[in-house]
Amino acid sequence: VLRLDNVTTMEVGEKSARSAGESGPSEGLDTVHNPMGFPPRVRGKALASRLNSLDGKTIFLVDCHFDDSGLLLEQIQAWFGKHMPGVQTRLVEKANMYARDDPALWERIKAEGDAALIGVGH
Amino acid sequence: MTLDAGYGVPTVMIHTDRFATVVRSTVRMNGMPNMRAAYVPMPVMGKTPAELRAYVAGNDAVTGRAFMQEVIDGLTSPLREADLTGESFERSTPRFVDPDSESNLHAHFLANRWTDGLPIVLPTDKRVQEMLAHTSHKPDELVGQMRATHHREAWGYTVEKVAVNAVMAGAAPEYFPVILALAASGVTARGSSSSSMAAMVVVNGPVRHAIGMNSGIGALGPFNRANATIGRAYSLLSQNLQGGSVPDLTYMGSMGNGYSFTNLTFAENEEASPWEPFHVEQGFAKGDSTVSIFGSIWHTGFTLGLREGHWRETVQHMLLGMDPLCKPLFVLDPLAARQFVERGGFESKAALAEWAADIARLPAAEYWDNQLIQNYVYPRAAVGEEPFASRLAASPDELVQMFSPSDVHTLVVGGETNAYWRLFSGAYSKTVSVDAWR
Repeated sequence: VLRLDNVTTMEVGEKSARSAGESGPSEGLDTVHNPMGFPPRVRGKALASRLNSLDGKTIFLVDCHFDDSGLLLEQIQAWFGKHMPGVQTRLVEKANMYARDDPALWERIKAEGDAALIGVGH
Repeated sequence: MTLDAGYGVPTVMIHTDRFATVVRSTVRMNGMPNMRAAYVPMPVMGKTPAELRAYVAGNDAVTGRAFMQEVIDGLTSPLREADLTGESFERSTPRFVDPDSESNLHAHFLANRWTDGLPIVLPTDKRVQEMLAHTSHKPDELVGQMRATHHREAWGYTVEKVAVNAVMAGAAPEYFPVILALAASGVTARGSSSSSMAAMVVVNGPVRHAIGMNSGIGALGPFNRANATIGRAYSLLSQNLQGGSVPDLTYMGSMGNGYSFTNLTFAENEEASPWEPFHVEQGFAKGDSTVSIFGSIWHTGFTLGLREGHWRETVQHMLLGMDPLCKPLFVLDPLAARQFVERGGFESKAALAEWAADIARLPAAEYWDNQLIQNYVYPRAAVGEEPFASRLAASPDELVQMFSPSDVHTLVVGGETNAYWRLFSGAYSKTVSVDAWR
């Protein structure tokens, strides 16, 4: 046994507390479990039909309230105003924080709009 | 994705480029691998209107094409066949890994990111069966589901899968009911948040002594196998049973958090506390054994005792030093807890919470200019949720409360070697019965 300033260390070859009474290092290695959980089945979803043109259409710009996303959407709105004035844009805020669903807003966009941009996801 | 597939509205998601891999993974796991997205550079926060205008006028930060062209194409380009069906698939998790040498198996676990980077105990079937012997629940019983963050898929897990991770953490079999209770919470200790949040775990009731947990000297440190390995098991089971905790994919904590290794797991020092145990506050009987989880562990303040002259100001300044999104969590050595009773007359933890919430105030203008308050509280205030709506209605110079009394919690732990105490941020999540998992 090696002794260093009142610290006792284990000598090479000495049986450790863990190995005493337990299986040897190679025993059972043919039955080592996989630690991952069980993933859900993924069901495909179709994308919504795309528009032939944006001209005359209404696009909702949805601010999801993350890290000043509304300020970026304002610039996107300004870009449309300058470069595609035939496109109507409406800047709206998602009710509540970004992680919460907002079915009322989705229904409104479906009823009043033709397309949407949502940002900013991080 | 909800608006596009669920409501039939063609939609383009705007993201920052740093999250491109997460976006690709998430849309695929939602069955919409071709969901349209456009990317600006990270960050958006703090940029001037001119800088944001340049983002919009510039190129997509991922594809290199004009950003607005990506947006327009995302709304107008005809759908391909694959867009009309999405992608359906099933995956399975084999019960065992392929047999190999001990060193190769350790390398396999490390390469698959099934560990926390530290050596693990290989979960042989013999060891897993020893763990399973300490619960009456069947190995194939479904314990719960967990996910890394709200928009990711939830994975399921059985009693046996929890046992596998408990073995890996080095836990003794008699700890297993506590670990099962943590797993049954469905609360992950490995959230993907870019804020790098960690968890805190406190055990109450007779099980503390039955399995030899530490509530005294060094309880929050690496000095007790039960504290260390129960906390580590919670971390490992979270990352593996939720489907991973892989940087840049299922973990986006920008800086990471050292607390995540063992999640600050300890037993409350009920015997030395002047107040009722935490689980009794939550409606459990004193003789029940429970495990309670706090999330959003970021902030840590620290001091010694409460001096007679200015103890109120000291506590106030520590509270004001927190981000206002944090939930104050007092973690007090029993000596410090008794000082709170003696100095402030706080006969209950609730009384301390009321006082702390009352003294922590900021001018409304400063409170609302906080980025996290803007991200997470402003949207709730805007829809009229109290008490946030009242804070939003306050004039800019009016002092508003940073916290509500229900946000503030107190735990007592430590060996009474001195009256040290800490102020963590910690959002109480839930308390789960350990007895139910024996």
